Amino acid sequence: MARNKRAIPEINAGSMADIAFLLLIFYLVTTTMDTDKGINRKLPPWDEEIIEDPPIIKERNIFTVLVNSNDQLLVEDEYIEISQLREKAMEFIDNNGDGSCTYCKGFKIPTSADNPDKAVISLQNDRGTSYGMYVKVQNELVAAYEDLREKYAEEEYGKSYRGMDPEEDKDIIKEIKTAYPQKISEAEPLNIGG
Amino acid sequence: MAVIKKKKDKALPAVNTSALPDIVFMLLFFFMVATVMREVDLKVSVDKPQATEIQKLERKSLVTYIYAGSPRAKFQDKFGRSPRIQLNDAFATIDDVQSFVVQEREKKSEEDRPMMTMSIKADKSVKMGLISDIKLQLRKAQALKINYSSLQPKDVDALYSSEN
Repeated sequence: MARNKRAIPEINAGSMADIAFLLLIFYLVTTTMDTDKGINRKLPPWDEEIIEDPPIIKERNIFTVLVNSNDQLLVEDEYIEISQLREKAMEFIDNNGDGSCTYCKGFKIPTSADNPDKAVISLQNDRGTSYGMYVKVQNELVAAYEDLREKYAEEEYGKSYRGMDPEEDKDIIKEIKTAYPQKISEAEPLNIGG
Repeated sequence: MAVIKKKKDKALPAVNTSALPDIVFMLLFFFMVATVMREVDLKVSVDKPQATEIQKLERKSLVTYIYAGSPRAKFQDKFGRSPRIQLNDAFATIDDVQSFVVQEREKKSEEDRPMMTMSIKADKSVKMGLISDIKLQLRKAQALKINYSSLQPKDVDALYSSEN
């Protein structure tokens, strides 16, 4: 029969592009490409009771950073700018006062930290400090540790710490982290100039 | 006689557009995959601080957000200008933070709970008093992994200028 032999007419796909464009524009508009990034920190657990005898840390092993309500910095009783903070912190951590740290390059100043394992950075801010400044200070302190780890990685393993693969170089990263353990302690904020 | 007919019609042939849908679909799929729908309407204005030592938040499903900043212009006659906290879609007070964390933790699966990260998205002009209060509440709620949401600066030197 003639009718059966008639070919099925092709579906007109000309408007397909239009439909696809419509969807495409919808997704283009609704899309938010911002990946969330930030400084990771860990908070100390909450304890109702006040710890009775806090571990005694020698004064020389504490690097005090104070930020007041005008966003000014007082580091080790000295007024400094934020741009100097990283270097100061690195000098402190890397000081190697007791000579037990074989990879440190510090100046062995007797009033500064014994070794990276004992060095503690103590950060205290005012309730009136701006969050932007706080993040900046945090950033510099983390950067100080990261820079030291970077240097250490370059010398010991000949490769960049920041460029390491977290899965592949797991053991190396762990080793570097114990060489320069990050010890940043935060005190309860002051309330002087709210 | 075989005659090779020369086409007199010299008009340009139409460009073949049959591959156009394919290209458009390819783009479409890319955006469909890359898209993350905005989950909340921001009611506070957040101008994130800048930092260089930042890490990516790997799994979005583990992250819970806390926003802090001054209310946006259209909410200002109702809520004023002083910085406030926003949880999900609504303004909240500091006392709501703890129950919010507990609620969010309940939503996550058992094995994900210890890995839950709180991302604090606060405006850089917010005073630390408010942030410290949030942090204290988070500690009380046992949500200890936090992330200070910040942006990578385009110009690193700008980080140290006094204006920022």
